[in-house]
Amino acid sequence: MKSSLAERTNQDWINSLRPAPSPEALEELRAILLRGLRASLASRVNGDLETLTEDFAQEALLKILNSLDTFRGESRFTTWAQKIAIHIALSELRRRRWRDVPLQTYTQSEDGEELASTLLTDPLPQPDRAAAQNELLKTVNSLIFEELTERQRTAMLAILQDGLPLSELAERMDTNPNALYKLLHDARQRLKQRLEEKTGLSAQELLGLFETQ
Amino acid sequence: MARIRSETLKELLKRSLSTRSDELGCETCYEKLDQFVELELDGKDAAQALPMIKRHLELCSGCTEEYKALLIALKQFEADNPQP
Repeated sequence: MKSSLAERTNQDWINSLRPAPSPEALEELRAILLRGLRASLASRVNGDLETLTEDFAQEALLKILNSLDTFRGESRFTTWAQKIAIHIALSELRRRRWRDVPLQTYTQSEDGEELASTLLTDPLPQPDRAAAQNELLKTVNSLIFEELTERQRTAMLAILQDGLPLSELAERMDTNPNALYKLLHDARQRLKQRLEEKTGLSAQELLGLFETQ
Repeated sequence: MARIRSETLKELLKRSLSTRSDELGCETCYEKLDQFVELELDGKDAAQALPMIKRHLELCSGCTEEYKALLIALKQFEADNPQP
């Protein structure tokens, strides 16, 4: 008789799932995934949580069995398995939630009125600081259109303004999350560099303008 | 055509100014997420052990969502399997 699941070592798990998974280990793993998914999805799902978690657990089991070679033993096996299940579940829930939301095209903010409204909601004791902040926001507003590519701009604003998840946006833009993260990182890097050049101040000094006192 | 809100500009400004050349992508974060969450549950300083993961989580809402969900799932596992 196999040891109980709390006592199973990582190697026990691997041995019981490969080459052919033992039905007992598979059932134990399914039960663990189901309980984890139920707990973590309870607050996110309005409909039939039970059917949904069973579908996700099933998909996760297949993925786990196909990915055993990539398990590096840096965590407990069950933690690694639960990570895969969560990833599958949340990716699918994000897809369902966002699939009908269109990507926006953005126009440049008009200087003045809109930018000034931020400062009203954000009372600042020193008028100089407020003016410097406002100036910086205007600069960023122009740089978005002067320095970023159309693709960088669309992606950046879809995430920051519309709240689109990266994975969902990657699919819409025919790329993968990693490449999209790189694209966004390059965009931020470019803006940082241009801001430093334009103002003659370091990023740290510029950030200091926005720190609460 | 949509207009950019000033809150968006402010967030973009802060994120741009905080950009570092050595950030990790989502894929690497995902690879290490199980380790990160376990360290945290074991009461260790995950942010110190894996600072780049911590930083990625601060910038990426999708990975943060999965991190939080995994924490809940693992706490459930601990509750189901109390250590002697």
